[in-house]
Amino acid sequence: MPVPQFLTDLLQLLLGLAVALLLRRPTRFHNAVSIALLLPLMTAPAIAALMWKLMTNPSFGILSYLVSLLGIQDFKWASDPATALFTVVLVDIWVYTPFIMILLLAGLRSLPRQPFEAAALDGVPATFVFFRITLPMLAPYIITASLFRLLDSIQQFDIIYAMTQGGPGDRLMVFQVQAYLEFFQYTNVGKSAALLMILWVITNILSNIFIKNWLRLREHAHRHQ
Amino acid sequence: MEHVSLTGRIFRGAALTLILLFFMFPIVWILLMSFQSNEQILRIPPRLLFEPTLANYRALISGQLQTAAGNLEIPFMHNLWNSFVLSSAAVVLALILGVPAAYAFARFKFRLGETIAFTLLSFRFAPPLLVLLPLSLYYQQIGLNDTYAGIVWVYQLIALPLILWIVRGYFEDISPDIEHAYRLAGHSWGETFTRIAVPLAGPGIAAAGLLSFIFCWNNFVFALILASADKQPVTVGALAFVTASGIQYGQIAAAIVLSVTPTLLLALYAQRYLVEGLSLGAVKG
Repeated sequence: MPVPQFLTDLLQLLLGLAVALLLRRPTRFHNAVSIALLLPLMTAPAIAALMWKLMTNPSFGILSYLVSLLGIQDFKWASDPATALFTVVLVDIWVYTPFIMILLLAGLRSLPRQPFEAAALDGVPATFVFFRITLPMLAPYIITASLFRLLDSIQQFDIIYAMTQGGPGDRLMVFQVQAYLEFFQYTNVGKSAALLMILWVITNILSNIFIKNWLRLREHAHRHQ
Repeated sequence: MEHVSLTGRIFRGAALTLILLFFMFPIVWILLMSFQSNEQILRIPPRLLFEPTLANYRALISGQLQTAAGNLEIPFMHNLWNSFVLSSAAVVLALILGVPAAYAFARFKFRLGETIAFTLLSFRFAPPLLVLLPLSLYYQQIGLNDTYAGIVWVYQLIALPLILWIVRGYFEDISPDIEHAYRLAGHSWGETFTRIAVPLAGPGIAAAGLLSFIFCWNNFVFALILASADKQPVTVGALAFVTASGIQYGQIAAAIVLSVTPTLLLALYAQRYLVEGLSLGAVKG
């Protein structure tokens, strides 16, 4: 499960970066869009899972209906082992992409303007500006936001538990969901504790790296008061 | 950047439309569903125009649900009340503990100061179950299991780091000279804190409080483990509600709408501070 989780984070990073770039200029319309995109992030993840469950219901769900219009019958979403992961990833993207988007947008808008103005004067091509100026200057934000997401997503519980309780079968057994079920359903406390200890070691290492990057960003934000 | 070609503009417009559609559609659709009767929901193909009904909300507010198995009493409004009580109490407690602590971390250098501040931050990233599973056993022994106090206590894991680190930033941005001048005028340390520092950091403290309220409200796993039906907040209550109401989809949609409305409204109100809250004070919006 860690590999799909990592890929989900990567997808969210790319999508979040793309949206942030689209909304970069602080026009009224762009600001309104960025505020609207906050709503999924402010929805409780467990409730978000219930919303998508209603939309993917096989008998009346709007998404099941739309998929059937495309000629795909009997798409079972979260209840089919083959598509359960895809469905949960979709919900995860819906909830958490705005997180990346809003942090990178704040980062983009706080970058100094001189390098971009100089590049525009010299007629530097856009791709060069993006890869040689924008990305390197945005890197601290990208790293902090991604580590933050990685830390949270490796502990994913709410969406998966509310949507499938780790099923179908053991298709979506991430660390915390399995630890929960081992503890309460199978009263296998030892195994549950072992799983959580492994998770704790991973999150501890990650959070140490994260805090270093986070602190650098924080100092930067306060210098520019 | 000022010169965007026509195709570029069309591409941007189309991309933004798709993005808005993807992120807004679920919220709009569930809102529409909450005003539909079950027959309207089950209709294929779904219709965008329908005669709205308030029956779902009426059933939720009265707590009387008509199901296939007969009348069912589900106190969903009590879950909403629980969410409100738990989140407010947690935020008040976290403000009482966190604001003075944030001030101390911002103003004074003391032994292990930074270590303690970072330990508090790292609580935010510890796996919740690692704390909750052992805690649930202790709670049963000391009688805190399934009490408001017990849940409010663990909600500090969410609220305290957030308040501590955001408010600390606001205190650090206030020039110490103002406080020194006030102290020189003969006022005590405590007076300086309550009359100068806290009012100046006021907007930051309010924002940190609002954000912690949102995050406490949205929390699911803490109450799932520590609370029984009587003390459950909406996040856990909604899940139980789905199981109980079975196929009353309109009522489920209405329950979802009721559980997310408070946080979405608060988020819109506090949106200027959200970047700061989401990054635990590292990025300013």
